[in-house]
Amino acid sequence: MSAQKPRTLFDKIWDAHVVETLPDGTALLYIDLHLTHEVTTPQAFDGLRAAGRKVRRPDATLAVVDHNIATDDSRRTGIVDPESRLQVETLEKNVVEFGVPYIPLLDDRQGIVHVIGPELGRSLPGMTIVCGDSHTSTHGAMGALAFGIGTSEVEHVLATQTLLQKPAKNMRVSVDGNLAFGCSGKDIVLAIIGKIGTAGGTGYVIEFAGDAIRALDMAGRMTVCNMTIEGGARAGMVAPDQTTFDYIAKTPDGPKGDAFKRALEWWKTLPTDASAHFDKELSLAAHEIAPQVTWGTNPEAVLPITGIVPTPGDEADEAKRAQLQRMVDYMGLTPGQRLTELKVDVVFIGSCTNSRIEDIRAAAAIAKGRRVADHVRALVVPGSGLVKKQAEAEGLDRILREAGFEWREAGCSMCLGMNPDKLTPGQRSASTSNRNFEGRQGPGGRTHLLSPAMAATAALAGHLADVRDYQPKGPL
Amino acid sequence: MQAFTKLTGIAAPLPKANVDTDQIIPARFLKSISRLGFGKNLFANFRYEEDGSENLDFVLNQEPYRRAEVLIAFENFGCGSSREHAPWALLDFGIRCVIAPDFADIFHNNCFKNGVLPVRLPREICEKLMEDTKMGGNARISVDLERQVVVRPNGEEIPFQIDPLRRHLMLNGLDDIDQTMQHAPAIDGFEARQRAAQPWLYA
Repeated sequence: MSAQKPRTLFDKIWDAHVVETLPDGTALLYIDLHLTHEVTTPQAFDGLRAAGRKVRRPDATLAVVDHNIATDDSRRTGIVDPESRLQVETLEKNVVEFGVPYIPLLDDRQGIVHVIGPELGRSLPGMTIVCGDSHTSTHGAMGALAFGIGTSEVEHVLATQTLLQKPAKNMRVSVDGNLAFGCSGKDIVLAIIGKIGTAGGTGYVIEFAGDAIRALDMAGRMTVCNMTIEGGARAGMVAPDQTTFDYIAKTPDGPKGDAFKRALEWWKTLPTDASAHFDKELSLAAHEIAPQVTWGTNPEAVLPITGIVPTPGDEADEAKRAQLQRMVDYMGLTPGQRLTELKVDVVFIGSCTNSRIEDIRAAAAIAKGRRVADHVRALVVPGSGLVKKQAEAEGLDRILREAGFEWREAGCSMCLGMNPDKLTPGQRSASTSNRNFEGRQGPGGRTHLLSPAMAATAALAGHLADVRDYQPKGPL
Repeated sequence: MQAFTKLTGIAAPLPKANVDTDQIIPARFLKSISRLGFGKNLFANFRYEEDGSENLDFVLNQEPYRRAEVLIAFENFGCGSSREHAPWALLDFGIRCVIAPDFADIFHNNCFKNGVLPVRLPREICEKLMEDTKMGGNARISVDLERQVVVRPNGEEIPFQIDPLRRHLMLNGLDDIDQTMQHAPAIDGFEARQRAAQPWLYA
């Protein structure tokens, strides 16, 4: 047999999942894990019902509620909003009718779909993973090919366990060197989006590589892959390594014993071959990345915390100038203003981007022994019931509460303005979520994206502030 | 899915880049369990004032664009959330074609599943078409999927590229699932091989 062409991590997973290739090059791609939630599935289950179809692989499907639900005690007495309640009840009926495994709201394992997949050991290296949610890219941190799909595709996967897909192009983003104090996976990915732009990754799958990526823990890698979609790429990936394998070994539902050993053999063959071809390459020096914060209304409008609000008049291109002006106006900014002068009303630490135990530790380390500014409402929303329990076992909830943070139940919360946690018009938030679009956190809300440590810092200072000025007061 | 062959109608200009799906349909309106009824909340944050009245500065609140069947925008249209409610909202409003220099991947896919045709044309052409729309109600633009051309009000024909398989499905209003079901034996075979090689993927 002739030597095989060197392949990327993406190529290897793709090749292993092609059921058939159609004459025009479209592949029928097999899907190993289908995660589902209440918002993007009701119409898909309706479609199955209307056509008399079944779910092909209930064992490869998992359902959870996360987007619509309250993150306070009210969840125990039922969902107040009638439309939200109907959507959750619809999912609960559908999972029974179609035999899909479901994690109920009051189960400890309930949480944001992109937190629980890896945490439970359901998202594994080499898998194809989809969900009706663009942040499915998160699971690429496990060394999987994971991407968001629409509701029609959800129905297609439920019925056939496959998708019709054209292969993506390969891009590699290498981040080398050591990350400076106060910086995290969030700062890396915001810096990358600042460089490639919101559409720079369109049509590509991005593999994140380099020793700064290798040095990240799984939570950090998930943050990076999570926001790949904000750079236009449907999927981001990190090659599985010892960090990945050690993480999986501790998960409740990951393979055990001989199955683990057998899986490991395959997982170790996945990393990109030495001379594999990438259609596009980009590299960043980790030490040049300062703590990042977005100032505008898309994630590309990002600056180091030491930056100043841009002056639209300086932009030569008319269309870009108009866009900058619109952002400055919407965000209530003055050109030339220091970002650290921006007073915040709300601080949100949570979302599928940054709600894992490591994120909560990072926030607690800064908050310990300090106080949230009087005018700030600060929320910490763990990504899952298991994260919440772990944080409570470590006493992080106590540190955060004592500092004046609200300690809440797991869910998507203030990331998207669809449940009771929302901004009111004109409110400014420092948020660890992923989108600063106009109205994303509530109509008229103004969002600044940043890391958990930077968000905690903003809560204490009462304005956007540099985490490097807030050394932790002793260990946690 | 409704087939798309040829459309002649009013086009509305939306000269913005990075129109994300949160703008197209904000998350607070995603609670319906139906595919219908999203049109009234299409671009809700721009179309309505806080008191619920119409913002007359927004293009879709102006004549003749209230009856628009084509929308013309700039780069990276449909970025952000994967919500298929975005094409559902466009369709429910009456828009069956979006023309832009490029589209975000997931939105682009979602359009094809719903009979909404996304047409990629260079920015200069989108600018020309936006100029055309200013000619009022008689300035109709035609989009012919069969011949793969957009026809300007002055009769000029602008060809566009489209994936042949997607074109075929759309022209005939075909359901992907029916197509895929024809490959059931291949899927069975794949599962048998995978189950043997990677049993941990099967419960």
